[in-house]
Amino acid sequence: MKTGAEVVIEALLRNNTELVFSYPGGAILPVYNALGRSPIKNVLVRQEQGAAHAASGYARVTGKAGVVIATSGPGATNLVTGIATANMDSIPLVLITGQVSTDMIGTDAFQETDITGITHPITKHNYLVKNSDDLAEVIDEAFHIATTGRKGPVLIDIPKDVAAGKTKGTVKPIHLPSYQPTVKGSMRQLKKAATVMENAKRPLIFAGGGVVAAAAQKELAAFAALIDAAVCTSLMGIGSIDTKNERSLGMTGLHGRTGANLAMSECDLLIAVGCRFDDRVTLNHSGFAAAKKIIHIDIDPAEIGKNIGANIPIVGDVAAVLTDLATVTTAKTNEDWMRQVAAWRGQWPPQAAADNSLMAFQITAALNRLTPKDVIYTTDVGQHQMFAAQNLEIEAGPHFITSGGLGTMGYGLPAAIGAKLGAMKQTVIAITGDGSFQMNFNELGTIRDQNLDLKIVLFNNACLGMVRQLQHHYSGDAYFGVDLPGNPDFGLIAQAYGFAAFRIEKREEVFPVLEEALQTPGTVLIDCRISKEDMVFPIVLNNQPLKNMIYE
Amino acid sequence: MQHVLSVLVRNRAGVLTRVSGLFSRRGYNIESLVVGTTEKHGISRMTIVVNGDDNIIEQVIKQLYKLIDVIKVQNITNDPFVDRELVLIRVRVTKESRAEIMDTVLQVFRGRIVDISGDSMMIEATGDTGKIEAIEAYLSSFGIKEMARTGKVALARGAKDRRD
Ligand SMILES: Cc1ncc(C[n+]2csc(CCOP(=O)(O)OP(=O)(O)O)c2C)c(N)n1
Ligand SMILES: [Mg+2]
Repeated sequence: MKTGAEVVIEALLRNNTELVFSYPGGAILPVYNALGRSPIKNVLVRQEQGAAHAASGYARVTGKAGVVIATSGPGATNLVTGIATANMDSIPLVLITGQVSTDMIGTDAFQETDITGITHPITKHNYLVKNSDDLAEVIDEAFHIATTGRKGPVLIDIPKDVAAGKTKGTVKPIHLPSYQPTVKGSMRQLKKAATVMENAKRPLIFAGGGVVAAAAQKELAAFAALIDAAVCTSLMGIGSIDTKNERSLGMTGLHGRTGANLAMSECDLLIAVGCRFDDRVTLNHSGFAAAKKIIHIDIDPAEIGKNIGANIPIVGDVAAVLTDLATVTTAKTNEDWMRQVAAWRGQWPPQAAADNSLMAFQITAALNRLTPKDVIYTTDVGQHQMFAAQNLEIEAGPHFITSGGLGTMGYGLPAAIGAKLGAMKQTVIAITGDGSFQMNFNELGTIRDQNLDLKIVLFNNACLGMVRQLQHHYSGDAYFGVDLPGNPDFGLIAQAYGFAAFRIEKREEVFPVLEEALQTPGTVLIDCRISKEDMVFPIVLNNQPLKNMIYE
Repeated sequence: MQHVLSVLVRNRAGVLTRVSGLFSRRGYNIESLVVGTTEKHGISRMTIVVNGDDNIIEQVIKQLYKLIDVIKVQNITNDPFVDRELVLIRVRVTKESRAEIMDTVLQVFRGRIVDISGDSMMIEATGDTGKIEAIEAYLSSFGIKEMARTGKVALARGAKDRRD
């Protein structure tokens, strides 16, 4: 006989868990003790939200589930933002929380919260395990559910007595008749799609996070070449095609690149792959589909037709579907369209303003020149995120780790920790804002503990710039509650943890300082003082179609 | 329009919360939801009456399928099906009205009198929704003091095995 906690650790190992992100407490203590005696690496964070985000960054670069362990009550509730963030972006996490003993459940015991109840709407699935004998099966199931089909977070709540109780820990094969994700697309639909593609003159592939999640970059690029299509992406789809690819038009949507948004309006066939037509992309759903045919490929049947109706829906894993689609589709060329695409590509990036102030765009341009191959960027949320999404050169692969669906400030730094731990050989750069950084900069302590080498590029405009920009457009410049005059000297904070700090205030400092900072071993923070007035353009204002971009 | 969904679920803790939470969270209008056991151990059937156009119902069904514990969803609205509801109604009675009410309930609605007190009478009736509504309408003129309806349970007719 073993303890439930030992069975938990065995199950983690059986599911190839190399490391966990955790924070201890009373109710999780039995599991924590067993963890301490195991070969699994423990990454102790500074706050549970950091553990969930770090696990997300790790999951995205490794393709494996990120594993989190936290205690009951406040430990569990601190996870909530991280779980919701992962759920919106379909990131596979397995989260284990401690719970009060089964005989205390429902009595408002010390540090009791109904975390399965709280997380019903923000997990793919969750469990409250009431019997030690169920632990092995539940954890195997949780990994299976988290990492297959449309991926997502799965939470397992384990009462203290269940973790402490004795069990044989029998392992059973996974039996989930009610959960059978479709992988292969229907041949009938594929053939219909092939016919539509033959007649298209201006085909555009719109790639979403599903392409990155399925690691279908090769299939996507090959397919785009086969039908001579242009490619644009959603925010989550960045990384589905190399931005240097001649077909790539970059991100589309509210802050999309000019060419990408125009292509969305002018294409006669839109092939949406692994995306869910978020309102940041479609803006107003009603006018979106006009004058074009839509093929929608996604692993989740519920996404098809949810926001935008599709002429040809195809349910399946995007890599499998694109591979099969290629076998039934005839190659073609669309010279006029590709000439237009090349012209759009040439129009970006726009020219920098004439005055000498430091602009975000110069920082991203310098990063494009200075960063090595395989660089991974993580971002926080705000203008700096959009500057990064619009302007950074990103390779095909999980190279752009951002919070898309939930837009969670504070994601970037812990996500960078997880990304680095999942890809130790690669350079990891966290692009953050002064507001976002202050949400989770306590995780600098985790970076110190783990001796990680991260490059933190802080776009410091001394304000909540994205909200300020909204007030510029929609509130007649009535700025309220967006300035951050109490900001600390961020360099000193980095130094307090023993990291090197740099500051960039002028244009001419951008390149040399970034060059030096990126070459400095270990974690560094680069405090870039940019102007509040440096806003993100283009923007499409409320109730406007994508093509109505404005630039001031 | 009103749709009747017959949903088989694994009878796990929280499955009712998951299903009802899905409806409220996504803004779908539930008319009624009834859960009960089935012939198979560990599997329950929910009969859900929901309002919405075809697009909404399609989304409802797809979203239900995303729940790990949902095994099968049948939209039986347009199929032949048998549906039943049970109602208990406590109606006000007087010396004058008593005989008439008893007569109508027993003869017309094939109901049963299950309790009688000084000024009221409890009536039990089963039937499809139309009949339940008719008996309710009839009794309301005498004054309904309390009422409990179970909501609809339904099964498709015939023995064919549905895959969707
Ligand atoms: C947790 C959270 N709270 C509030 C918001 C709303 N919000 C979106 S962007 C933003 C400002 C971000 O400021 P900063 O990190 O400095 O980035 P900037 O826009 O200045 O580049 C705010 C408050 C959010 N996205 N997340
Ligand atoms: Mg800022």
